[in-house]
Parts: sequence; structure tokens; C-alpha cells
Amino acid sequence: MIKVNAMGDPCPIPVVKTKNAIKELGGSGQVETLVDNEIAVQNLTKMANQKGYKVASEKLGDNRYKVVMTIGEAAAEEKKDDICVPDMRGNKLVVISSSHMGSGDDELGAVLMKAFIFALTQQDELPSAIVFYNGGAKLTCENSPTLEDIRSLEAQGVEIMTCGTCLDHYGLSDKLMVGSVTNMYAIVEKMMGAGLIIRP
Amino acid sequence: MTDKNIFCKGGGCTAKLGAGVLSRILEKLPKAPFDKNLIVGFDSRDDAAVYKISEDTAIVQTLDFFPPMVEDPYTFGKIAAANALSDIYAMGGCVKTALNIVCFPENMDLNILGQIMCGGSEKVIEAGGILAGGHSIADSDVKYGLSVMGIADPRRIYKNNEGKAGDLLVLTKKLGVGIVCTAGRVGEASKRAMNEAVDSMTMLNKYAADICKGYDVHACTDVTGFSLLGHIHEMLDNRLSCEIFADRIPYIPEARDYADEFLLTAAGQRNRNFVGNNVLFENISFAMEEILFDPQTSGGLLIALSEDQAEKMLSEMKEKGMPAEIVGRLTEKKNIEILVKGE
Repeated sequence: MIKVNAMGDPCPIPVVKTKNAIKELGGSGQVETLVDNEIAVQNLTKMANQKGYKVASEKLGDNRYKVVMTIGEAAAEEKKDDICVPDMRGNKLVVISSSHMGSGDDELGAVLMKAFIFALTQQDELPSAIVFYNGGAKLTCENSPTLEDIRSLEAQGVEIMTCGTCLDHYGLSDKLMVGSVTNMYAIVEKMMGAGLIIRP
Repeated sequence: MTDKNIFCKGGGCTAKLGAGVLSRILEKLPKAPFDKNLIVGFDSRDDAAVYKISEDTAIVQTLDFFPPMVEDPYTFGKIAAANALSDIYAMGGCVKTALNIVCFPENMDLNILGQIMCGGSEKVIEAGGILAGGHSIADSDVKYGLSVMGIADPRRIYKNNEGKAGDLLVLTKKLGVGIVCTAGRVGEASKRAMNEAVDSMTMLNKYAADICKGYDVHACTDVTGFSLLGHIHEMLDNRLSCEIFADRIPYIPEARDYADEFLLTAAGQRNRNFVGNNVLFENISFAMEEILFDPQTSGGLLIALSEDQAEKMLSEMKEKGMPAEIVGRLTEKKNIEILVKGE
């Protein structure tokens, strides 16, 4: 594994340094890049996706992120596996329709939901997107207890979408703090295209 | 060499704050009492403020400044000024006075500042305006721009959000200058590409705006940091949708290669994060997507007008040698706000 330190480097320097490391690798292996902002994580992830490298990223702390790319045979082998078993990685969709998890006690439900989203940030495989609607829409807005974790998921490349009608309904249209506003058409399209839908 | 390093970080409109961050703040600011003479304020996130002072005269006021995106200080001055002056043209006004805005490190060679301001002042003169003063601050990095005042006929102000369904969109400059300058910063841009980008950025939008005066323009804005798609998103105003003709997008050819090498700005990714979910790309290459999200410094005018008017305007602009193209069509509001197709 080659380690690249791109802390403090503005885009596109992290990408340029990582590309040089991949060249230096001269074949298969891993390159780990440290960066200090989410946008750099997204630009690195975008490159890896275009190049067909396996990519994973992690928030290590405030203004500290790690992006690991797997290049060459290691990545190619995994692609071969796809032929036998369709790999639904990156095609899992999480749907959050309420601000609490399960029914019974809502106070408990809120605690469980916070724990669920935190646990999600710790998974090796992340969903491609999370859709928030109805009561779930409150979680992406101001005063949500899980904002930090949702932001961390977004930084790792997970698309965060919140239903616009729901934001309107709860009077939260100007309170959205993470991700983007979506509509029913896009929600249905995401669900139809998902390999697996996870609904806590 | 240290001077050089200070001089060129991520400059130009790539240094703009993201539209997403900004809109959240703007929405929360306290509002002044309504004044009917303020024709354009930042409610519509338009290019400049317009204030009517009589039946036939309105003041157009704007400012713009940023860090350098090219090594040469004189060229940077010209680009920063052309970019600041552009907002007046995007509103349909003409330039009257300009004030320098300068941030400059105390220990840096003042000749550099002289060259920057020389480039800027040349552009103000070319615009027909007078450089009438300014303000300078000692700062760790170089930044330069202008505060500009122009006048316009209040009955003929171009807002950015009054396009009509069926209108065609004319874009007057090539896209890709953000990508080319980014590639240039890491030594990957060809001389030809850099020259084309610099020529494009130093070109005043005055000449396109002069042509606009002969047409019934419904909406107009200049394409800058928020990228073509970002500025179209603002133009649609939650009221319309748009189809983009990917095969008619004018762009600097090398931008495509540099995008495929991932020489991309943070601002481009921020633009993608901000408007990406409103856009559907139909069989569009990665490089073209990036060109459409590319933040432009001193980009062209984006003009909405009826179909026959647009065709006539386009041929007049082409006759004058401008790289203008018809890049899209406004439609009634659909599920998908911006559909990009036909590459």
C-alpha cells in the first residue's frame, strides 16, 4: 500500500498525487489518500468510480478523511466474481420514513434511530443513497440529533435525499442541513433501481 | 518562487462559496422594509442590485473579486475586471464608474499589484467606464476585483428568472475555462488551451450585450462560478424546466481531455452536489458532465429569448466572431428539471 498525504492541498492536487501513486504502484495494490475536506473525498471517489477502482472512504476526525482505492488484480478479481453473484454493493438503498425506529415507545424509537444511523456510518459497505420522507425528513434538518452522522455518510459518497413535499408539510423547507431535496418521481426511480431496500 | 506560490491557489470563480451554503444564510438575513424602487435585490439571487431613481433611469450596482487563477498579474487584472463588469451587462446596463477592491500581502513586490491594477483599469476603459477610486487591505493572499456602478432603463432590465417556456438559450462564450485553469495550475494544460481560456476570460461581455439590445430578451445572466447547470437552475426559478443540447455546447476542446484526467475543481463538485439531483444526463459522457458543472471565471452571457429571435441573434453573434451557440430550450415545468441529451 502506498500512502499519500494530501492534507491541506486544494483540488485537484489530491487527485493528481493519488494518480501519481497509482502509477508508481505499477499494477495492482492499494493507495490510501489523506485529505482534509469532504469535497476532495468526493472528487477522489468520482475518479475511482470512473476508473473502476474499488474505493472506500472514512472520516477519521475533524477535517481528516481517508480514501482507500484498490487497483488492478484485486479490483479485477472482484469484478470477475460479479459474473457469478450479482454484486449489489453500492446499490443498496436505505429508506427512512420516520424519525424513530420501530413502534412502541417513540422516545426509545428516536434513540434507536440515532444508533441505527451511527452504525450505518461504520459499515464496510455503504448504501448508494438514503431517502428520507414523512417523519424521516426531520432527521436531515436543523436540530436533528443525527446530522453529523448523515454528513459523514454524505462525505463518504452516499447520496442523501429528502422529500420536498415532506419538508414543506413540516415547515422545514429552509431548515434542510444536509443533502438535497428530491421528489416522488426520483424516489420511485431510486427504489425501482435498488438491488436491496433497507427500511429500519 | 514563493511569490508565485502565494500568487496562484484555487483562483477565479472556483473560489466562490457553494450556492447551497450561501442560500441557507441569505434566507435567514433580516429583511429591510419593502422599497418599490429596488427592482432587483438578492431575493432572486440575480447578478446585481438594480434601484430605480427615475422613470427612465435605474442604478445597477455590483461587485466581484477573487484570488488569481493565472500566473501573470496583468492578465489576472484584466480577467478580474472583465468578470466584475460582466454583471452590469447581464442586467442590461452600461458601465459608468468602478472602484478597485484590493487585498495584497505587505511584503510582496508592489510592481505585481501595479500590473494587476493596470490590467483592470484597461478593461474599465474598454467598457466605457471611469475608474474612480478603491480600497486596499493587507492580506495573506492576493485578491482583486471591482465594485461597479452602471445605469439602465428600468423598463428594460434583464432579470435572470423571466424566461418563458419555448424560449431558446443562447450562450455567448465557451465553457471549460475552470477545468483548463485547474489543469494549468498543476502544469498539465497546453499553451494553446491556456491561451484560449485567457482570451475568453478577458473578453468583455459588452459586445454580446450590445447585440442583445436589438432583441426582445426575456431573461439573461452571466455564467460564472455556479456553472452552466447552476445558472440555468436559477433561471428556471422552480417554475420551468429545460432541455440542454449537449451536442451544441461550445467548450474549449482540451477541457474534455483534462476532465477525463480528473483535473477537477472543488467548486465543480460543489456545483454537482448543489444541482446534480435536478439534472438527468441521457447517455452523456463523464467529461461533458464535468464541463456542464465547471465553474466559469468571466463566463459568457446566457440569454433566453423566443425561437426566431434566438436564431437571428445567434447569426449576428457568429458574424462578429463570437463562439456563441444555442444550448437549450426552456419548457413547461416537468418532473425532471434539467434534461441533458443529444451528445
